[in-house]
Amino acid sequence: MKRQSPALALTALALVLTASLAARAAQAQQQITGAGATFPAPVYSAWGEAAKAAIGVELNYQAIGSGGGQNQILNRTVDFGASDAPMAPDKLESGKLLQFPTVMGAVVPIVNIPGVKPGELKLTGEILADIYLGKITKWNDPKLVEMNRDMKLPSTAIAPVYRADGSGTTFVFTSYLSAVAPDWRQAVGANTSVKWVVGNGSKGNDGVAATVHQVRGGVGYVEYAYAAKNGLTTTQLRDHDGMFVAPTPETFAAAAGNADWASAKDYAVSIVDQPGKDSWPIVSATFIELPKDPKDPARGAAVMKFFDWAYKDGAPMATKLEYIPLPTAVQDAVRGNWRSEIKGPDGAALYK
Amino acid sequence: MSQVASTASVPARRSAISGDAIFAAVAVAAGVFVLVLLGAIIISLFIGGLPSFRAFGLGFLTSTDWDPVQHIYGAAVPIYGTVVTSILALLMAVPLAFGVAFYLTELAPAWLRRPIGTAVELLAAVPSIIYGMWGFFVIAPFMATYIEPNVIDTLDGIPVLQDLFAGPPFGTGLFTAALILAVMVLPFIAATMRDVFMTVPPVYKESAYGVGCTTWEVMRSIVVPYTRTSVVGGIMLGLGRALGETMAVTFVIGNTNRITGNLFGSGNTIASLVALEFGESENGSLKLSSLLALGFILFVISFIVLAISRLLLRPRAVRA
Repeated sequence: MKRQSPALALTALALVLTASLAARAAQAQQQITGAGATFPAPVYSAWGEAAKAAIGVELNYQAIGSGGGQNQILNRTVDFGASDAPMAPDKLESGKLLQFPTVMGAVVPIVNIPGVKPGELKLTGEILADIYLGKITKWNDPKLVEMNRDMKLPSTAIAPVYRADGSGTTFVFTSYLSAVAPDWRQAVGANTSVKWVVGNGSKGNDGVAATVHQVRGGVGYVEYAYAAKNGLTTTQLRDHDGMFVAPTPETFAAAAGNADWASAKDYAVSIVDQPGKDSWPIVSATFIELPKDPKDPARGAAVMKFFDWAYKDGAPMATKLEYIPLPTAVQDAVRGNWRSEIKGPDGAALYK
Repeated sequence: MSQVASTASVPARRSAISGDAIFAAVAVAAGVFVLVLLGAIIISLFIGGLPSFRAFGLGFLTSTDWDPVQHIYGAAVPIYGTVVTSILALLMAVPLAFGVAFYLTELAPAWLRRPIGTAVELLAAVPSIIYGMWGFFVIAPFMATYIEPNVIDTLDGIPVLQDLFAGPPFGTGLFTAALILAVMVLPFIAATMRDVFMTVPPVYKESAYGVGCTTWEVMRSIVVPYTRTSVVGGIMLGLGRALGETMAVTFVIGNTNRITGNLFGSGNTIASLVALEFGESENGSLKLSSLLALGFILFVISFIVLAISRLLLRPRAVRA
């Protein structure tokens, strides 16, 4: 017994030390949890990593899908929900939630036609809708040939590919098709998953990209970040003003800048098919839903602290990951909402 | 050892009885718990799916619509896909499994039986996501480039077959999904078959050989009739596995909510549709309810299949 005592003392000391260290770490790091959209997950995790050191907020984000994120925040099992499609106004109302955008992203069409290089093929929303409605079935369809007179298009059959899993990407893409093609709006509509008329479904951006890559004559749509990183064969699209634009960060930013944020309720502005010079037509924002009466005021405040920091210092990270930062005016408007709408139990504003 | 135990238990008889009682209660509770859990899952699936059953009635089972925009949901496409892929998988796996089991019990030299037997069992240990990736990146392109175009061209002009094997050669589809499923259920069926083939009393087989039967005749007239019901039970076990497979199928089935009528066309299965759509279904929505209803339907189908397999796999002594 006597021989063991130094070892015991050491162990005890070590235990006390680790316990106190852990306690200090917990004090320094305010934990927040969020769940939802998969589309902004890469930038949220990059922000989360950087914010730990910068402002002492540790983000635990689970990309379970927008619908799942909305469910979780309505049940208050997380500190904030994240959603690609804006939440319905009545649900925000009844769930006592404040909605605000964080970043924007673009969706781009990708194709696999022998001999066609990235950014070469010209497409319009109407033609994309006709392809996905099964009305245009060959790559040398007169409509496509007329638009691409300088190219030689093969008679390969078109193999449309779409996201099989419910996704914000599909919501943005189908919103665009609905906005520009009345046929599409009537026959299919816009949602995170829709009743596709033709084509094959694949899971995730990577699944769509791989299927398009494997099937000759394939056409699909993916988030721009994914297409840029993997060097996929993107296309040009005709913008609202009738000009063809290439998918670049500049055309995305132009679309974001031209959007009418001020008049949209809950920031649920549709940025697809924006008028204005050089606006890439398939751009959309992704949203956060935050309780107006947070269960734990400290965590609610930390969520706002986190996104405030992300607006201020997170833009370069977002740009690097091919997202589009929010215009400054919109950021300030969101800060105003935080100040006026998120209250602690004593009725005082949590955002300072 | 047993002596020590018995002498120790004599003086403590009373407490041993109460210990027995506690043990029995715990064991009963564990057994009942499983039953309660199973019942609770079925009931909660049914209650969750109730709004959908109410909204669409029996038409839910026969409707081929799956339209999240208009909120119209039907289960016919995933049920069709589930049943077709599973049955097609069995059609491919059963002959192969029979061959494996036959070889292992009758033909293989003794030193080879263990390695092959283990290899077959290892197939069952491969995670299904691996099968999915293998199917998507290796099998699907292979099917799209070599198998499907050739089969479509060869069968063109032959009635029925030309309709059965038609469609754009995507590589993914019901047929590819069934192929992957066949590989996945093979070890279950083969292992069951091997085990029941071993139960045939050697004296029967030796007698048959004695009157001059060939190996094939022994197999056909002695082994298979003797083990028939157990073999069917093993096949049902494989069917149960094929019905519920999710990840691997999702990768290669093409995920379309349409019935094309041909085997190279894409489709959907219940498990795969639920997995894909679950993340984007809001609480209280008809979509979520329809997914839960689909889960309930899959549960019922699997339950029936497993119940049949249990019935057929009952020990022979009971029947005799």
